[in-house]
Amino acid sequence: MAGSSSDQTFDVASLVEDFDLNRIGQYVLVILFIGFFLAPLETGIMTAFKTNRAVAETIPLMPPLAEGFTLDNMTFALNALSGAFFNSLFMAIPATIGSVLLGSMAAYGLTMVDWRGQMGMLVLFLIGIFLPYQAVLVPLARFWNNIFPLASMMRPLFVAAPILQDYHANLVPLMITHIAYGIPICTILFRSYYQGLPSSYVEAAKIDGASITKIYRRIILPISKPMFGVVFIYQFTQIYNEFLFAFTLITGSDTPEAVVTLILPAVGASTSGIDFGIRMSAAFLAALPTLIIYVAFAEQFAEGLKSGG
Amino acid sequence: MGTTDTTESTTPATEEVGWETKVRYFLNNDLVRSSPYWGIPFLLMGIAVYGGIGFNTAISLTDARGLQSPDYTNLDFEMYTQVFESSAFLSAAQNNLVLLVVFTTVCLLLGLFLAVLLDQGIRHENTVQTIYLLPMALSFVITAQVWLWLYNYDVGLMNIITRGIGIGPVDWIGNPSIALGSVIFALIWQFSGYTMVVYLAGLRSLPDDQFEAARVDGASTLTTYIKIIIPQLKEASVSAAVVLMVFALKAFTFLYSLTGRYRPPNGTDILATLMVRQAFKLGKWAYSAAIATYLLILALGVIAPYLYYQYRQGSL
Repeated sequence: MAGSSSDQTFDVASLVEDFDLNRIGQYVLVILFIGFFLAPLETGIMTAFKTNRAVAETIPLMPPLAEGFTLDNMTFALNALSGAFFNSLFMAIPATIGSVLLGSMAAYGLTMVDWRGQMGMLVLFLIGIFLPYQAVLVPLARFWNNIFPLASMMRPLFVAAPILQDYHANLVPLMITHIAYGIPICTILFRSYYQGLPSSYVEAAKIDGASITKIYRRIILPISKPMFGVVFIYQFTQIYNEFLFAFTLITGSDTPEAVVTLILPAVGASTSGIDFGIRMSAAFLAALPTLIIYVAFAEQFAEGLKSGG
Repeated sequence: MGTTDTTESTTPATEEVGWETKVRYFLNNDLVRSSPYWGIPFLLMGIAVYGGIGFNTAISLTDARGLQSPDYTNLDFEMYTQVFESSAFLSAAQNNLVLLVVFTTVCLLLGLFLAVLLDQGIRHENTVQTIYLLPMALSFVITAQVWLWLYNYDVGLMNIITRGIGIGPVDWIGNPSIALGSVIFALIWQFSGYTMVVYLAGLRSLPDDQFEAARVDGASTLTTYIKIIIPQLKEASVSAAVVLMVFALKAFTFLYSLTGRYRPPNGTDILATLMVRQAFKLGKWAYSAAIATYLLILALGVIAPYLYYQYRQGSL
């Protein structure tokens, strides 16, 4: 805003202006903060590729040198996490699809119709976003363990299914939990988008006699494609990264159905302390899916955060 | 809407409307016809959120613990007074307050600073923004591991820096009087990119000509920001502050992942970690449900004024 205008024309005056002290100060600050945000991650990645000796003797920021370099940590971490990766994706992808679809439907229902209780219902959704999950943890554990033991009911089904093992059934309650608690945020994200759409589309279709379902399928769904991208990326990252629900509903990090986030705090730990080479390798691998999505869709992620928090 | 025609033709006058017509009118109402859309998600969410809160409140009024199932015949508020009188709760609440205030304030200030910095027409602005926001894409479990390594007493980067500037090694996580500060610092690292994005969106929504006007009046860039731009970012500040404060109340994962045990580092126990420990390590269901209710009330204390403010602004 305040800076000089674009440098496409490339006249000398703007170059001189660009070179004032203020400008240099700004870039120094920008670079310092890049260091601030990246250095912690950089030390982690460097450590992942170092032998134990190199970890103890070299500065964490330095890349591993000749005999200090190893892939052993990575292969160890990959072995420790490979089952968990499958579990995480098996749980997170359907959970994301479910909450995104239901959120879009709810937002459509809420923006499309004008009725008196709408504000009240909206407030109920909004509180659902901010709810500290601790307030529902004890009921959640009781519900899925004692009242409605869906996991054990579904086990025979999972035994019969190809690829899946019986213990994967334990991920189903977690999946449903994520869908239910993900609905509020997805609804609000879609609602803000639908409110920005010109109402003439829907009005015209209504006059033409299109049913509510037809309007949703033929008009709303196609134009909300970009928003689906935003919400999907945001929600997948949230669910994949989530820890507390998994921790509550899956009994331990040593169970075969544990998700990635559940195993990570235990990888590479022994009585003599933490093997940071292994721990950092595991952390890097665990971060990889969300990192890839983030780098590819940074804009969408920022968009989701802005309105979602 | 093929059915509307028939209803209209069968009801010529307002009086003597039969119940069938009423039902048909009712079924053609937009509210009812759109109900499968908002109804199914609302039902699922309602059971999960409000059913969960109700169930939690009910458990908190019993004396349930261990393997016995809750006995709902004898309800009282005993757990609430018990919780409030325990020193663990009070010290957790105190830590939580420190976390909430310091974390929220510094995140807002740093985020604002970064947003203003990026608003100066920096080159590769989008890439820089992506880098600053990167920690936000990572799970707390992952960032906790990274910071555990940075704070490592013997070879961690932080102690290499402190040794370099002559302060000597610091026990960042092990020293109870420093640990909370170390945790807050790490969380600020993770969240300030988020506040920056919120502020940047606020800055972008302001009309450009204010700067020109201020410049014509002879105001410096700094005064323009302090006197004109920043006061207009109130809405961004409020919504970011609410998100950060609620996060500070429910933060559990980062603290748990530092130790991998129910007890976070000494000096960093907050309400959320206390609640989970009482419930799932010690099996004190009713007691932990009462802590959870306190937590919920605190969160509502942050959210309710915010929602009211939004409602008054007409931006709900």
